[in-house]
Amino acid sequence: MATVLVNGQEVEIGASERLNCIQAAAKVGVEIPAYCWHPELSVVASCRMCLVEVGDKKPDGTVAMQPKLVPGCQTPAKDGTVIISDSPKVKEARKATLEYLLLNHPLDCPTCDQAGECYLQDYSFNYGRGYSRLNEPKNIKPDKTNIGDQITLFTDRCIMCTRCVRFTREISGSAELQVVSRGSHEEIDIFPGFPVNNPLAGNVVDICPVGALCSKDFLYQQRVWWLKSASSVCPGCSTGCSITVDQNEERVYRLHPRPNEKAQGHFMCDAGRFGWKYTHSDQRLMSPETRTNGHVTPTDFDTVLNSVRAALIKAAQGGKGKIAAVLSPWMTVEEAYLLSSFLKGLSTDVTLAIGPVRIEGHDDQFPKDVKGHVVAPVKFTIRAEKCPNRAGVEAVLTHFAGDVMPFEELLRLASASQFKAVYLVGGDPEGWMTDIQAEAFSKVETVIVQDILPSPVLKHATHVLPSGTFVEREGVFVNHNGLAQLIHRSVRGPDGTRPDGRLLWDLAQRLGLIQTEALRREIAGAIPALAAIASPELKGQGVFLGEAVAAPV
Amino acid sequence: MAKFEPVLFARINKPDSTSLTTYKADGGYARIKEFLSMAPGDVTNLVKDAGLRGRGGAGFPCGLKWTFLPKDHPGPIYLCINADESEPGTFNNRILMEKDPHQLIEGIIIACHAIRSSNAYLYLRYEYGRSYRVLDAAIKECYAAGLLGKNLLGTGVNLDIVLHRGAGAYICGEETGLIESLEGKRAWPRIKPPFPAIEGLFRQPTIVNNVETLCCVTQILYRGGAWFKSIGVPPDPSNPRDPGSYGPKLYCISGHVNKPCCVELPLGVTARELIEEHAGGVWKGRKAKAVVPGGISMGFLSDKELDTKLDFAGPGKVGCLGLGTAAVVVIDDQTSMVDVLFNCCRFMSHESCGQCTPCREGTAWMTKILTRIRIGQGRIEDLDLLMEVAGSMGIIPGTTICGLSDGAAWPVKNAISKFRGDFEEYIISKRATETSAQKLMEVH
Repeated sequence: MATVLVNGQEVEIGASERLNCIQAAAKVGVEIPAYCWHPELSVVASCRMCLVEVGDKKPDGTVAMQPKLVPGCQTPAKDGTVIISDSPKVKEARKATLEYLLLNHPLDCPTCDQAGECYLQDYSFNYGRGYSRLNEPKNIKPDKTNIGDQITLFTDRCIMCTRCVRFTREISGSAELQVVSRGSHEEIDIFPGFPVNNPLAGNVVDICPVGALCSKDFLYQQRVWWLKSASSVCPGCSTGCSITVDQNEERVYRLHPRPNEKAQGHFMCDAGRFGWKYTHSDQRLMSPETRTNGHVTPTDFDTVLNSVRAALIKAAQGGKGKIAAVLSPWMTVEEAYLLSSFLKGLSTDVTLAIGPVRIEGHDDQFPKDVKGHVVAPVKFTIRAEKCPNRAGVEAVLTHFAGDVMPFEELLRLASASQFKAVYLVGGDPEGWMTDIQAEAFSKVETVIVQDILPSPVLKHATHVLPSGTFVEREGVFVNHNGLAQLIHRSVRGPDGTRPDGRLLWDLAQRLGLIQTEALRREIAGAIPALAAIASPELKGQGVFLGEAVAAPV
Repeated sequence: MAKFEPVLFARINKPDSTSLTTYKADGGYARIKEFLSMAPGDVTNLVKDAGLRGRGGAGFPCGLKWTFLPKDHPGPIYLCINADESEPGTFNNRILMEKDPHQLIEGIIIACHAIRSSNAYLYLRYEYGRSYRVLDAAIKECYAAGLLGKNLLGTGVNLDIVLHRGAGAYICGEETGLIESLEGKRAWPRIKPPFPAIEGLFRQPTIVNNVETLCCVTQILYRGGAWFKSIGVPPDPSNPRDPGSYGPKLYCISGHVNKPCCVELPLGVTARELIEEHAGGVWKGRKAKAVVPGGISMGFLSDKELDTKLDFAGPGKVGCLGLGTAAVVVIDDQTSMVDVLFNCCRFMSHESCGQCTPCREGTAWMTKILTRIRIGQGRIEDLDLLMEVAGSMGIIPGTTICGLSDGAAWPVKNAISKFRGDFEEYIISKRATETSAQKLMEVH
């Protein structure tokens, strides 16, 4: 245990923690401004924004301060380290550094995407001088729109923190970005013909502390102060990156990673980052339907849910093992529990299977060297398993059915005309069923499809329940590692859709409106493997459920 | 005082001074076997006791630097020879390399033995083509004669010297910038700690020494530490942190003098002595207005300060940054200090590596302000602004990774504080000569 003094306040640092002065100060809420330092990247100490006074407290109580200001990012906080970040000397240095940074920075905040979440704005407001003493023309550097398919560079806004350069060298390993020229003519650039198109490229936009690197997708779409944020989990693969969903007026505009050491760290991949577009697709299923002999009747939710319930009860009364359900690995734990427990309530021997778990290639690990070989230590992994909650759904299925029936097995049973009613839950935006697989349900009397997008099985459907995407629902996803994290509803789905949880809640005729928190307590009581999801820790970085849940069946 | 006999420059005017044969004929390499049989620690102590301070500019005690290497390091230790002589007005290393390469190579062999290194990298400024050819030939001669390579002269010592030509940047003369450049990277100085002696080239312990320093090492070994200490200026008793300025030093004199030259003199000669006795006085019968004591990054001496002793402590006593490379540049009384300072600032802003914010932006800003003053748009308050910018740039407030920022700020601080009248007069008279048409042009 080490004690560090930050502006006179004592900070306790754990024995295994290796913190620099910025991190130590942050522990007591003291902000030491910094641009070039990033917790996941190497220290270069070049922006000189985090200069602080540092000294040592001797055992006899005297303090020996170093005569020079030192960069907080580069200075380890050890037992007895004294950090002063509010002295006139420090304030003067910050003011000078900010003036330098703003010298050639265009004051185009009114048209800059970063405005509102810009460290140059924030620090200038807090520590800067408020006006420029430059009487000469600013350096003007050309914008580089060709720097990547998803990225554009406003070169003159760059403050040369080199975070992006270090990201491509240290995290993605692809090293596309570099510094060219010298002195105040320095620019970030690529080698001609080698743009930043690696699978993690979008992160350079997030780590850019100013508006230099912008996402082409988000460019000029919104002012950031209009956006409302909700924390969520990326459903793109089983890594389960913690993310923030930014929306305005029921429309998602961007996803960005939320730092979470338990999940992925600080970054996310581009597939996930830009993989939410289907939410606003005009292909979405937008109306509950009842279909008889190819004849589609649009209906309302109350009617269709009553019909579905009646059909399921009828099938349950028609004999043993006549009901089956496919639970998608895109469902939350709560949704899987609601559906399973409802069907189990109708008939003790329902067949429960997991939906198709889409696997694409192999786990993609970073950093990679130029030849594409992974370099240890691995800093980011895009997983081949392209669904968010296989582990969570399997845990529910194991509880209700004893084991997890694979999708193929259910298809075999369905095509053998085993079932009178099948409840299919989709949710995979990339499609989850082929035409041939859909044929398996052609002879089933009642096929209920709960999905977001059209799929081949719709032609055999008797009831269609339009459901919600991950940004429209609330619940728990369990990632590859058994980490349970909460997703939050950030937008309302289009008219004519309902979030899955509410659908299933109403189907099960539970009282009132769905309350996922109460439901989680119920699940925690019922399923020992999932007991941890009722813990308050879930709301922060999530809780580990243990290896048993994570292990593939 | 008896006339000083050059030691480092003893051979430079001899015919065929670069060849191994003549070097050996003059007694070179005569005792190298003896030196290599000494314990490395003894060699280090000899250099340390001689009080040799680095000749590259900072004046750090050379032997002390060698002792910072980790003891019993299992991997390789490297020696880098800093021959990236780029400080304006400095050309002493060039003469040493072009005229007497073997004195340097012998110094390298001794230094490598002292620090237990078997790999030396000579980082040569790109523009020094002749030095490259001479050194290349000399190194080849040494390999042929068994003075380099495996089992040197049968002593069991191995040493390879790699001659590396830089790509032309001032910042490569900064020791960690040099190391980065040698590694094939952009020459951005590294953050310290770790210092190169702990983790330098290829992440191994590394010593970086200047060419002249290593030539001094050769002479110390042959002539002894006592001889070295008999030359120069002993420590100032009133300053307990002054290690003294011992030994001969190569002074480069250039600028507005009749006879620009490089002379070897004991440390501690005055600027006036250099100008009057060795460089033939200020040209065209004029007087000196200002003198750069040791490369432009050290600042300026005014005409009243010409009797300053040019040893490691002297220039600092009159507000300069230090002795630097002892490159004396004389500026005559017909020259505008605004133009001189503009030239300094333009150089520094061109050579700033651009890593640290204060240096990258500050050097360019000062150049812009001086450009504006020179076109007649200056204001008196610009001088205070220049002083403030210079004040917030350097290491003394602790704001940058390397010393370039300090070196860029110092001439500004010195010039404006010592020659403020010049600047004010320049600004006022330039403004007066500006026509209204020019003013309109500026506006539009």
